[in-house]
Amino acid sequence: MNHDSYSDTFIRGILNTVKTIAMVGISPKDNRPSYFAFKYLLDRGYNMIPVNPGQAGKEILGREVYARLSDIPEPIDMVDVFRASQYAPQVVAEALTLKPRPQVIWMQLGVRNDEAAAAAEAAALKVVMNRCPKIEYGRLSSEIGWMGVNSRTLTSKRAHVFGRGVQRMSLDRATVTGGATIDTAGAKPNAETA
Amino acid sequence: MTERTPGFATLAVHAGAQPDPTTGARATPIYQTTSFVFDDVDHAASLFGLQTFGNIYTRIGNPTNAVLEERVAALEGGTAGLAVASGHAAQVLVMHVLMKPGDEFVASKKLYGGSINQFNHSFKNFGWNVVWADPDDIGTFERGITPKTKAVFIESIANPGGVITDIEAISAIAKRAGVPLIVDNTLATPYLCKPIEHGADIVVHSLTKFLGGHGNSIGGLIVDGGTFNWSREGRYPMLSEPRPEYNGIVLHETFGNFAFAIACRVLSLRDMGPALSPFNAFLILTGIETLPLRMSRHCENTQAVAEWLAKHRKVAWVSYPGLPGDRYHNLAKKYAPNGAGAVFTFGLKGGYETGVKLVSNVKLFSHLANIGDTRSLIIHPASTTHKQLSDDQKTQAGAGPDVVRVSIGIEDKADIIADLDQALEAA
Repeated sequence: MNHDSYSDTFIRGILNTVKTIAMVGISPKDNRPSYFAFKYLLDRGYNMIPVNPGQAGKEILGREVYARLSDIPEPIDMVDVFRASQYAPQVVAEALTLKPRPQVIWMQLGVRNDEAAAAAEAAALKVVMNRCPKIEYGRLSSEIGWMGVNSRTLTSKRAHVFGRGVQRMSLDRATVTGGATIDTAGAKPNAETA
Repeated sequence: MTERTPGFATLAVHAGAQPDPTTGARATPIYQTTSFVFDDVDHAASLFGLQTFGNIYTRIGNPTNAVLEERVAALEGGTAGLAVASGHAAQVLVMHVLMKPGDEFVASKKLYGGSINQFNHSFKNFGWNVVWADPDDIGTFERGITPKTKAVFIESIANPGGVITDIEAISAIAKRAGVPLIVDNTLATPYLCKPIEHGADIVVHSLTKFLGGHGNSIGGLIVDGGTFNWSREGRYPMLSEPRPEYNGIVLHETFGNFAFAIACRVLSLRDMGPALSPFNAFLILTGIETLPLRMSRHCENTQAVAEWLAKHRKVAWVSYPGLPGDRYHNLAKKYAPNGAGAVFTFGLKGGYETGVKLVSNVKLFSHLANIGDTRSLIIHPASTTHKQLSDDQKTQAGAGPDVVRVSIGIEDKADIIADLDQALEAA
């Protein structure tokens, strides 16, 4: 599979299917990108599970932190890798020992490891690299447009409000691809190594 | 199924807009409100902490303005946009993110006169020092770079003289210096030229001109190209250092390739305040829907008027890059192949007095100081906008006594030419 670009259909399919997401490498600090993404996804109804050996047994946003994936006492649909690229193979190797196996390995914006991706795909897992699920959810729901961000989607379909409140949108709506931007790897920050 | 990329005209109609989530309204509603209710206390905290996307207060963001921001970002091929009160406000906010007192930026001296004033005087009060360079001598940009340089600023098609700037050559200099290239794309609009494709990192607009296009609303816009690495050398601490205003967030790390647009919003616009009225955003959005149709007509009419003027016995010269033989004709073919814009200058053999008579004699052209309207516009700079300058300064600014500037509208070109014809005959 080509990991330089993903179709919106592929990304939407993943975000509409997975329910339980383990975030490996989440920071307990509330000004870190991993904390932002965790909180946002929790708020969009995902069952978020924090994984960080240094925080094991504590809570982040009311969720119990586990030291490793294999300690989590329930099935996981997706592993979100918030570690530097060189640690991706060991996270994937651990994910592949789980029973049942997760369906998706998602490596954060700035994280790419083709060897780890190949190992996961050989076991029939879907792989996304160098993307943020918060940004992708915001893009495909059009929420990110409230910040003036180019969602690169067009649609004549109305977005549906998600759950309670008014400023959360669902992903249950079709869009078409809406224009391109120049993708410059150097402009993206590194994922956290915590 | 392969996902296709829509064309420019489709983006001009659709990008950023969608049926209203609660009412189903298909046109973009005017959200004429100062503020937005929070779902709960935690939601409010998430919004203020930049942890979620959403609306707080119209000085920082508004759903009508957001459609305009995404629309222009999509048309330019950028990652994000920020709409503000005017083109001048856009320039202040961009520089507020990039510059500290004592810093410098290199700017083309072939710019809109208002920008030259802003850079020469108001910016100096902030300690932001302009170093002028000449787009007809690219080496002057390289020589203008110092360790204090934080940006390079040019216009793609420069106002008023029909100058086409060699964006790629100047982008190469900015890249070697490790600073972003800012391009004012007001006169070209993304229909004629997309600076990000030629190496620009930031695009600014006066929406007041061709994007809005109807002469009814002042507005400005900043587009983040998503192409610049703000963290590489630590020269842009607003983006690469923890921000005390936001609990220690590092904006580039958190927002990646749209961090610059976010910084302009949450640091510059929030604190300096030149927000765009949602009503203006609505009018400008309506204008943008027809941008491709209008620009095509503007350029067709302008080419015809320029060719006609070039043969007129009372006209000494015409400066329009669409004319073969014009010094910028080859650059126009490269950077604006679908038309060289609709603003240009020409010189009258009769000098100052003939210029005054010409602008007095017109009946269809409007004698005023704007450009980029559906209506054809005319001005004689030496007797109006540049009257306070010495003759020498007037000539330096491209506003000599014989110079007339026109902005050609989308009327029937035969009527535009007939009006100039009768006005010139009587001049």
